[in-house]
Amino acid sequence: MAQPNPLTHPSPNADTQLGAHTEHPAPHGAAFPPFETHTFLSQLIWLAIAFGLLYYLMDKIALPRIQAILHERSNRLSSDLDEAQRMKAEADTAGAAYEKSLSDAQAKARDIAQGTRNTLAAEAETKRKALEAELNQKLAASEATIRTRTTEAMGNVRGIAGETASAIVERLTGQAPDQTALDRALDRAVTAH
Amino acid sequence: MAVNVDPIHQFELKPLVSLGHIGSQEIAFTQSALYMFAAVGVIALITIAATASRSVVPGRMQSLAEIFYEFIADTLHQATGDGGKKFMPLVFSLFMFVLILNLFGMIPYAFAVTSHLIITFGLAALVIGVVIGYGVMKHGSHFFGLFVPSGVPKPLLAILVPIEIISFVSRPISLSVRLFANVLAGHIAMKIFAFFVAALLSAGAWSVLSPLPLALTIALTALEFLVAALQAYVFATLTAIYLNDALHPGH
Repeated sequence: MAQPNPLTHPSPNADTQLGAHTEHPAPHGAAFPPFETHTFLSQLIWLAIAFGLLYYLMDKIALPRIQAILHERSNRLSSDLDEAQRMKAEADTAGAAYEKSLSDAQAKARDIAQGTRNTLAAEAETKRKALEAELNQKLAASEATIRTRTTEAMGNVRGIAGETASAIVERLTGQAPDQTALDRALDRAVTAH
Repeated sequence: MAVNVDPIHQFELKPLVSLGHIGSQEIAFTQSALYMFAAVGVIALITIAATASRSVVPGRMQSLAEIFYEFIADTLHQATGDGGKKFMPLVFSLFMFVLILNLFGMIPYAFAVTSHLIITFGLAALVIGVVIGYGVMKHGSHFFGLFVPSGVPKPLLAILVPIEIISFVSRPISLSVRLFANVLAGHIAMKIFAFFVAALLSAGAWSVLSPLPLALTIALTALEFLVAALQAYVFATLTAIYLNDALHPGH
């Protein structure tokens, strides 16, 4: 860096021009422009003005605005996230309530079905019992009837046997048997039997 | 041929309006000043005009402004912590100013303002001035504890304090020379290799070799774009690190 012009025409007066009071600043690139000290003040002045303006614009307008935008965005994002969180919780509680009402309804339906089954079964049972009692009664009545008819019939059998016996005796002997002897004989037959 | 051979020619200041002299100093509105104001205009366009709508969902230009903002805010926060926020306008302005001026310099035939040492030195001096001014204002004489490493035996301090002072004083120099030298050397290199292309093309049979410097010129141009952005970032980062000394001068 110390030797200014590596490739150009060797300029023996380059060093003397550095900081020299020349009115025409190296028109042919004889000196090394960044080291031409007579331009320094001018450059610094314009640098100060330009950079000062830039700093002012950034400090007062640009950066507060960008910061506000970013802040607003992160606020919006976090509030949106909170909102989403809240809505999700709401949906969860709604889902839980739905589940609960569903299971309640199922339990209720089960209860109703069970109750209905029970009452129906009880009704059927009582009906069945009533029917059975009636049938038993009818059965007993029928048995009683049969029994009376049998004794009745058995009574008739004795009469018929007596008549038949007297008729047989009359045909054989030509004489009606004595009623008392017949009764005695019938009694003997019945008891012997 | 001989017109643009000189790789230094591109760094010449061209007075557009001469405003007279102060002593030996020529005061003139040069193309360099014009470029600086153009850079301010472009930065204002990106950061002010593009954010005028204050959209929550940003457009391209507003995104660009936000990306720059967050990038510098992160850099500053990493270097200085929470206390550094008040320097955001300074660091942001420096970064954008250097970046846009460097990129302007990459436009063909344009002038690279940051290739002038006095400009980079002016910016570096501003940084060091703010560091010293804020440090002394905030911490008084404690600020100069920066030069006295703690936990060091007394006799060693006699050696260490001058070293610390020298390293502090060399900061504005290294800060300014780094940027200046990078831009200057890059532009000279591009110019020379581009010149080789033209020279070989007009050298008869040698012209078959001309694609080589052309390829190099293209590669260098890409490199210089990287350097343009990188040096702006380095400038901003070092500024933030130096400002941290003003905020927390304890060693």
